[in-house]
Amino acid sequence: MHGYEFYVDPSRCIGCQSCVKACEECDTHRGTSMVNFDFIDRGGTTASAAYVCWHCEEPTCAMACPTDAIKKGDDGIVQSSLKSRCIGCSNCVLACPFGIPKIFPEYEQMMKCDMCYDRTSEGKRPMCATVCPSQALAYVRPEEIAGRREKPTNAFQFGNQKVITRVHMMVPAGTDSVSLDVLDYMWEESDVAFAQPQ
Amino acid sequence: MSLLRSPSREPLWKEEFSVFTSDERYVTRRQFAKFLTLASLGMFVGSLWVLAKAYFAKTPSFPSVEVGEAGEIPVRGVKLFTYPTPKDHCILIRTGEDEYVAYSQKCTHLSCAVYFSAKDDRLECPCHQGFFSVRDGSVLQGPPPRPLPKITLESNGATLLAVGVMES
Repeated sequence: MHGYEFYVDPSRCIGCQSCVKACEECDTHRGTSMVNFDFIDRGGTTASAAYVCWHCEEPTCAMACPTDAIKKGDDGIVQSSLKSRCIGCSNCVLACPFGIPKIFPEYEQMMKCDMCYDRTSEGKRPMCATVCPSQALAYVRPEEIAGRREKPTNAFQFGNQKVITRVHMMVPAGTDSVSLDVLDYMWEESDVAFAQPQ
Repeated sequence: MSLLRSPSREPLWKEEFSVFTSDERYVTRRQFAKFLTLASLGMFVGSLWVLAKAYFAKTPSFPSVEVGEAGEIPVRGVKLFTYPTPKDHCILIRTGEDEYVAYSQKCTHLSCAVYFSAKDDRLECPCHQGFFSVRDGSVLQGPPPRPLPKITLESNGATLLAVGVMES
């Protein structure tokens, strides 16, 4: 929006969780962070990854919603569920290939990152991107990101499902899309927490 | 989403409950024409229904009920009775030696019971000071929008009978 795009680069994440805290500051969901933050393999590495909603062109969460509670506007932002419609069924949580939607049983509602719609729709940057010290979450113009060594892509392949997103992932140069097949990560090991895919 | 897009091949429910906000509110010309046609058809059928109802409606019939004996109440005296059902309270007023009038006691404003004021020669509603004429039940002052319904009286020898209600 307003010429800016969102870029996520997990390789830059230092695990400070500033984005998580900044997101909690937002008045539309104060105290609750919509940033998805993961430690990749806590026992083996300090690597971490913070990411926001990818705002798919054809949002899987919205397509799985039985009550038509998740909407995508003309500006390409997939909004949180509408309170009056959401029945808290978790279909979207299970459907999203990125694991973005969060269900809040106390509200019986799903809430997710809406890219700080109150800010970005007015040309301001999202809270998480303003505080990220390593710019793992960056909300900049495309020409600014072109200077980086990693290149942005917004094509993801999950098994047979191809997903085009609004938010870009920074990948090694020469990589067109991020491909992931769940079957690759299913293996027979007794201790899956420390197991690695073959 | 363009206004001039071609008709989509998606099933209707997917268009009606689209994921995209703009598609959800999009109305094709065909949908709009269909709506206009069906709405006017509905209004036409509704008008026919109202017409048929009015045509076949029965004229209301009222029972003949004894109200009292002539001379039972003094001149400028009143008697309360119910007509045509026990829930419809009415007031009978003897205005002259052989003159009787009767009205529904329910004020046409907010249904308070009116009483006869012999001093001012009028029917008065105490709730909002609505006054009615004794002669024909018309509104003299105050908020009532319509005159009091008049009870048609007939005399059968010495007996007074209520035979109808005249709404105006």
